[in-house]
Amino acid sequence: MIERHDSVVVTTVLRLLIPVAQLFALYVLAHGHESPGGGFQAGVILGATYILLALGLGREALDRRVNEPVCLGIAVGGVLLYMLTGVAAMAGGGTFLDYSALPLPVSPVEGRFLGILFIETGVMFGVAATIVVLFCRLADRGGDA
Amino acid sequence: MNYPYWVAVFLLMLGLYVMVAQRNLLKKLVGMNIFQTAIILFFLLLSVKRHATLPIVPGTVGDVRGFMNPLPHALMLTAIVVMVATTGVALAILIRLHTAYGSLEERVIAERLSAPPGPAAGPEAGR
Amino acid sequence: MRAHLPILPVLLSLAGALLLPLVGLATRRAAWSLAVASAGAATLAAAAGLVDVLVRGTQRYPVGGWPPPWGIELVLDPLSAFMATSVSGVSTLALLGAGAGVAAGVGAPVFYALALIALTGFLGMIASGDLFNVFVFLEIASISSYALVASGGGAALVAGFRYVVLGTVGASFYLLGVGLLYALTGTLNMADLAARLPAVADSPLFVGGVAFVVIGLAIKMGLFPLHGWLPDAYTYAPNAVSTLLAPVGTKAAAYALARTLLYVLRPEGLPVNATVAWAGGAAVLAGGVMAARQVDSRRLLAYSSVSQLGYIALGLGLANAPALAGAYFHVLNHALMKAALFMVVGAAGLQGRGPALRTLGLGPAMPVTTVCAVVAALSMVGVPPVGGFFSKWYLLQGAIEAGQPLLAAVVLVGTLLALVYMYRLTESVWFPAPAGRGAAPEAPAPVLVALLLLTVAMVAAGLANAPIVTRILAPAAAR
Repeated sequence: MIERHDSVVVTTVLRLLIPVAQLFALYVLAHGHESPGGGFQAGVILGATYILLALGLGREALDRRVNEPVCLGIAVGGVLLYMLTGVAAMAGGGTFLDYSALPLPVSPVEGRFLGILFIETGVMFGVAATIVVLFCRLADRGGDA
Repeated sequence: MNYPYWVAVFLLMLGLYVMVAQRNLLKKLVGMNIFQTAIILFFLLLSVKRHATLPIVPGTVGDVRGFMNPLPHALMLTAIVVMVATTGVALAILIRLHTAYGSLEERVIAERLSAPPGPAAGPEAGR
Repeated sequence: MRAHLPILPVLLSLAGALLLPLVGLATRRAAWSLAVASAGAATLAAAAGLVDVLVRGTQRYPVGGWPPPWGIELVLDPLSAFMATSVSGVSTLALLGAGAGVAAGVGAPVFYALALIALTGFLGMIASGDLFNVFVFLEIASISSYALVASGGGAALVAGFRYVVLGTVGASFYLLGVGLLYALTGTLNMADLAARLPAVADSPLFVGGVAFVVIGLAIKMGLFPLHGWLPDAYTYAPNAVSTLLAPVGTKAAAYALARTLLYVLRPEGLPVNATVAWAGGAAVLAGGVMAARQVDSRRLLAYSSVSQLGYIALGLGLANAPALAGAYFHVLNHALMKAALFMVVGAAGLQGRGPALRTLGLGPAMPVTTVCAVVAALSMVGVPPVGGFFSKWYLLQGAIEAGQPLLAAVVLVGTLLALVYMYRLTESVWFPAPAGRGAAPEAPAPVLVALLLLTVAMVAAGLANAPIVTRILAPAAAR
């Protein structure tokens, strides 16, 4: 079990830094269409914040916030969101992933913007949850190997 | 002289050499990573143009010829994700190998594999 | 719905793969039914696509609404529809027969989820009309295959790691070749590339691109000198994994090789076709000889796969109409045969009969399984009216038509070698094991149903070979 870090400096800085980093991950997601960023990058940052939480503030801090089967469900849910956006585009009359045909009351250009935002959000949740689950499984294995 | 392309070729050959010559499985994996990174570098070098800037649009587009070719960048984002996933699977295999055989050296694992199966074989071994 | 047929098989198997972990978190038992249902739905969609192509002609599907060559498009033509139906059909039957074995081994939802992701990758590779899209789906299928093979533990871990390294080298070579071709022509779309390449075919970039693409796909396919990962991977992987991957995994890569080599690259001035044909010939002989020497039934079947893939490569290299029809038809036949044979070994394993040939004997205790094994063996050797005979017949015709009597001789010698190793396998399956174990009950019902369907399909493919070849494969081979 990973213990809370000894140094007060580390724990205090992490307590202040982790929420800011998560907000930064959301920023990277939201600005992915016009600056470097997007779903995968945001997901990695978000997943890394949870790993930092476990490494610096102890494994219980992570376990209090993250339930492993739910995390797996979020990972799958992210990819499902991606696929459902594409299928919704099919239902709206276009081909798969043709966001301009999304059945929403917006213009085609805005439809494309929203479609990309949806799939990038799905990717972010998928990647972040996968990283967290991987870390939890590997950290557990280290205890009884 | 296309110096950047020579760097990509050098990294490619270095990765191949490490994969073939190293006896430790983890080092082989590192060689595989170097190999894949060299290919990513090669693709990115394809997108470079003289006096061109990064393919990020600050507001209005203006003259398209002033930007680098963005397609290889987008392709390589996918290739990087593929690289990460492959490395993840390989590392998971190596962790289980280490748990089962206690070492990541090729020769040691081969010896322990051909030895008669003991308690370390685990419940999933066999068919 | 009709317009979406090119992408429907991919979406259906992907939906199954994504719903499985959610379902598996709730109930483990439903995982098998959901997996078979999803693969079956993909098969129906692929078959509907085949019928649609025969009626309406080639369909092109621009994903995202962006027209080619800027957008990624999926192409549904007779060849890809035939391959998609074969791959998804055999995968459905393999998943049907996998239930009992999986319950004893790796956790249920994980295996089925990975298997469906692999199926998504294969179907996406087959449907794709864009070179980079082929790479993406190739890696999707490969990564799940790596995990499936390594899930066996023990020797499977080492085999799985070797598969990871070699498979990644192959995929990276393919990517490098695609990069070189992109640098040469500026496009990744297959049709556009085929139109632009003849003008620039004397560039060293073209030679490099062709070389890397062919070698990369040959590694993925398991073509003779580059097959190093195949025997260990199929031997030590859990039986359910081998039943799923051995029939279809390498075939999807072989289809990608056929598509890029014959439709896109068409290297006239380079000896690529001859190299592929002779590598195929060497594979037939080397794989056959190695298979005849094996004492483990799974390793025998793995080397037999190497040998049969040689036939497909031989047909692709000869590149005339009957040889190509034979090669494509052999994809279906070999998938059916190999799935049936691995399933027989798995059924024997369920009863405690070892994978070693000596201890395999089923005999009169498991009559249905034994009969299916014999039919599959007959198909492997090439005895009419079972399907295997006809694909070799077309290959022979093609070799003679191309003026290559040596390759025709190779096909015949390969048949003799197949007779040798299939006789050894059939003998050990037919006669009860000498250890004198008691009469084992017949294999569980789903395994029997899957085996019977595979056997019926083998015979049906043989009897129906004329319409299949003239209506589907010949137009595909004529380009």
